[in-house]
Amino acid sequence: MSNEISTNYRYGFRDPEDYVFKTKKGLSKEVIEEISWMKMEPEWMRVFRLKAYEIFISKPMPSWGPNLSGLDFDEIYYYIKPVEKEGHSWEDIPSYIRNTFEKLGIPEAEKKYLAGVSAQYESESVYHNLKKQWEKQGVIFVDTDTAIREYPDLVREYIGTVVPPQDNKFAALNSAVWSGGSFIYVPKGVYVDIPLQAYFRINAQNAGQFERTLIIADEGSYLHYIEGCTAPIYSSSSLHSAVVEIIVKKGARVRYSTVQNWSNNVYNLVTKRAFAYEDSIMEWVDGNLGSKVSMKYPSVYLYGKGARAELLSIAFAGKGQHQDVGGKVLHFVPYTSSNIVSKSISKDSGHNSYRGLVYIGPEAEGSRCSVRCDTLILDEYSRSDTYPYMKVRNRNVSLSHEASVSKIGEEQLFYLRSRGLDEIEANAMVIRGFIEPITKEFPMEYAVELNRLIKIQLEGTIG
Amino acid sequence: MTCKMYSNMIIFIKIQRYIKEADLLSIEDLYVEVEGKEVLNGVNLRIERGRIYALMGPNGTGKSTLAYTIMGHPKYKITKGRILFNDRDISSLSPTERARLGIFLAFQYPVGIPGVTVASFLKTILNIRKGENMPLVKFRNTLKEKMSLLEIEEGFERRYLNDGFSGGEKKKSEILQMAMLEPELVILDEIDSGLDIDALKIVSKGIEKTFNSNMSIIIITHYQRVLNYIKPDSIFVMMDGRIITSGGDELAAILEERGYEWLEGVANVK
Repeated sequence: MSNEISTNYRYGFRDPEDYVFKTKKGLSKEVIEEISWMKMEPEWMRVFRLKAYEIFISKPMPSWGPNLSGLDFDEIYYYIKPVEKEGHSWEDIPSYIRNTFEKLGIPEAEKKYLAGVSAQYESESVYHNLKKQWEKQGVIFVDTDTAIREYPDLVREYIGTVVPPQDNKFAALNSAVWSGGSFIYVPKGVYVDIPLQAYFRINAQNAGQFERTLIIADEGSYLHYIEGCTAPIYSSSSLHSAVVEIIVKKGARVRYSTVQNWSNNVYNLVTKRAFAYEDSIMEWVDGNLGSKVSMKYPSVYLYGKGARAELLSIAFAGKGQHQDVGGKVLHFVPYTSSNIVSKSISKDSGHNSYRGLVYIGPEAEGSRCSVRCDTLILDEYSRSDTYPYMKVRNRNVSLSHEASVSKIGEEQLFYLRSRGLDEIEANAMVIRGFIEPITKEFPMEYAVELNRLIKIQLEGTIG
Repeated sequence: MTCKMYSNMIIFIKIQRYIKEADLLSIEDLYVEVEGKEVLNGVNLRIERGRIYALMGPNGTGKSTLAYTIMGHPKYKITKGRILFNDRDISSLSPTERARLGIFLAFQYPVGIPGVTVASFLKTILNIRKGENMPLVKFRNTLKEKMSLLEIEEGFERRYLNDGFSGGEKKKSEILQMAMLEPELVILDEIDSGLDIDALKIVSKGIEKTFNSNMSIIIITHYQRVLNYIKPDSIFVMMDGRIITSGGDELAAILEERGYEWLEGVANVK
């Protein structure tokens, strides 16, 4: 098995495929019925899935972005259930799954400051831990399957309202076959002061991962949710297609941070969107390192006066990788503001695209938006494109767009080397500084891990 | 030969060796090219441990070239001669290796590293120099001490390295790095340029306080001004890619009075 594991991928370990149940390869109405039956879901969810499947079939593959021709929908398992029961303490979890998480450092993180972990293994959440104080505060943090059973009305009210299945082909696919993901509800005025975290991981060969996350932050509440991904290397392509829906009510604030490090054969096609109401703040902080192809454009629809959106992203594209990422902000009402900062690094013929949309509607009087795209290209074989779309329908707004393309200068390298840094350390330091405006927004250990991962990527090529 | 004589000879050899070891840096008949153009032609220089030198001369005579060559800039190619540091030929070593051996160049125009704070940079290079991870508390205390020595105000360490620094701040940052790293050989390339008198006083004071008997300093300067604040043990004068003369304090005074034209005459005669 070890000879299948490619070089340079730190987390390229995997467990024997000891699964309880998986559907047959490929997608059909029967497979979807089977998923729904296995999960013992209510009728409305079964109908939701089947409708979404029809939409998925009817929509063509998106042709405006990266090359998706390597993706074969018939070669994917759409549902894998690794364990029968969910564990509430670490010891309840089967040891081989525990080993995987231990290699990822989950228990340490837990000890340090994790208050709740929803660690998704394959297509099912296996571990949940929620601090007592939050339960008292009325915070709900469960996997979405559990939420369907325990909070059906809440889920039914909101699921698919922010990202409807019709939105795009992959949102439809996720709606049809979704499994796992987090469901979070923060009641009015509750401030969750420690970030909630979830770890996702693809394991079985060709296992698709279709988690569905739904977050509702009620009026005046605060939440920081962190999602981090690492995955083992496999010889054939895998698909990760998640949907994240967030509702930020009046005066609430939600920050959603992601460190994505899929192995380099994964298609990471994700739809993330938030609705932000009056005087609320929605922040997407996104670090994209791995995957073969990523298409990810976290969006904020500013529906309430004074609402604010922050979109901060880092993309790193190495050999054979295409990161097509960016964001969308739609200003529908007056005095809304948004700030988009994108930093991309290309090396070794890696390809980054920034794709962004800013829409300012006719009624969005006095709104402000600033977009900044910085690109660092490490060699002449790499590539970076920018597609900043702007649609402005109101004259009384302020809009700015700045872009820069740079490379690491010879004099910068000499300066750093003259202080004892070797070539890799010097490059890594310049890159660390380049992305610092965004990494400083991550919790410390995520920032450290990001910088470390980038250094590992550099070690593969330089020197 | 008696036993006594023999042992005396050994002592003599030992003394000789000791004298030789006292040379921290020795440059022998050095020829250097930059992009195909010869800029140094036959530099000879000996730097002893624990002393301060001034390397003077008109602009464009190769002073900075010599500094960059000692540090190992890839653009500066040695075509002849060699550089010995602590008796070891470092001519083919990378800048990284030279830095780790204890050579430090304070740049005339240090480049900016946006996004990297002075503190985090210093911690990185200090760990490399010491070969171990310094505990954070100890690092902070050392940094605080060196900053107050150089009259650098608090908060400076949180700024991005050389990014938007004034001329004076850049020089202070270079001296701060030197003070933290405690290198054996320090080359200060035009450390006085762009400084007003007050800043020059502070920087000079900082250099003097950092200087110790285990360190040698080469001050590269065009003007005699900085030498009012730091007294060198000897002065070298460079012209047309060579060291043409050396001397003590009196040489600086003569240069101040008569300018470099006077030396051009001397050089031509030679």
